[in-house]
Amino acid sequence: MLEVFISLLILTGAIFTFIGSLGLVRLKDFYTRIHGPTKATTLGVGSLLIASALYFSYLERSISLHEVLVTLFLFITAPVSAHMLTKAALHLGLQSLARLPEQQVNRQHNEQEAKHDQGD
Amino acid sequence: MHRFFPHPILALILAGIWLLLVNSIHPGQIVLGLLLGWMIPLLTTQFWPEAVRIYKPFHLLHFVGIILIDIIQANFTVARLVLGRPDRLQPAFISMPLILKSDLAISFLANVITLTPGTVSARLSHDRCHLLVHALDVTNTEELANTIKSRYEKPLKEIFEKC
Repeated sequence: MLEVFISLLILTGAIFTFIGSLGLVRLKDFYTRIHGPTKATTLGVGSLLIASALYFSYLERSISLHEVLVTLFLFITAPVSAHMLTKAALHLGLQSLARLPEQQVNRQHNEQEAKHDQGD
Repeated sequence: MHRFFPHPILALILAGIWLLLVNSIHPGQIVLGLLLGWMIPLLTTQFWPEAVRIYKPFHLLHFVGIILIDIIQANFTVARLVLGRPDRLQPAFISMPLILKSDLAISFLANVITLTPGTVSARLSHDRCHLLVHALDVTNTEELANTIKSRYEKPLKEIFEKC
């Protein structure tokens, strides 16, 4: 019974990790690609780790909690690396499907100036 | 007291991490963990300019619960978007004004934004007043900014900053 449950968890984990990697291929620009590995993999790795904790606790008849640490470090580091990658991409001005923020700022600035001119 | 024991919360967390690392709750390991929890902040004190203060610990637990549910939802959302029609996505950059002031609260918010539905935090402005967020698929940018504000920023403000 437990083995079925563990197998289900491993399958779920594998599927989500796969979808996360698939996102790298299917999505079109750097900024959207970064969503795949940061999100879809957290649940994937999460369920793999729960399966691992259950399996080794069951096998060795003692509680195995190393997996909690892996989860903790993963949740701390994954967003930070994603943030740094995005920041670097923005700095280099990689091409994006969405309007880049500098252009937005310029546009707002121009609009404000236009309003100002009209006011005069 | 403050000089020799600068970060009580950090000390407890480090002790907990040590116990998880050695995977035992032998009394000797608990003492060693507490010793490490006391020594490490003391030796790295210059990396921790401000003391971490949690004003409402129970709100923090509640908040972590909300985040866990949102992470699971985020995974399904992103999985659906990836498997669906990637051509039809409407990605956007959103510049979000911040009401948080402390470094820890801002980094917490940035992490949470990255972990939750279809958004990645991209850049913090130099004056720390705006956080740039990239959203994977969004139709109404203002609504998204408001959701992030009410769902994540407000509780964080209550937890980490004195109102």
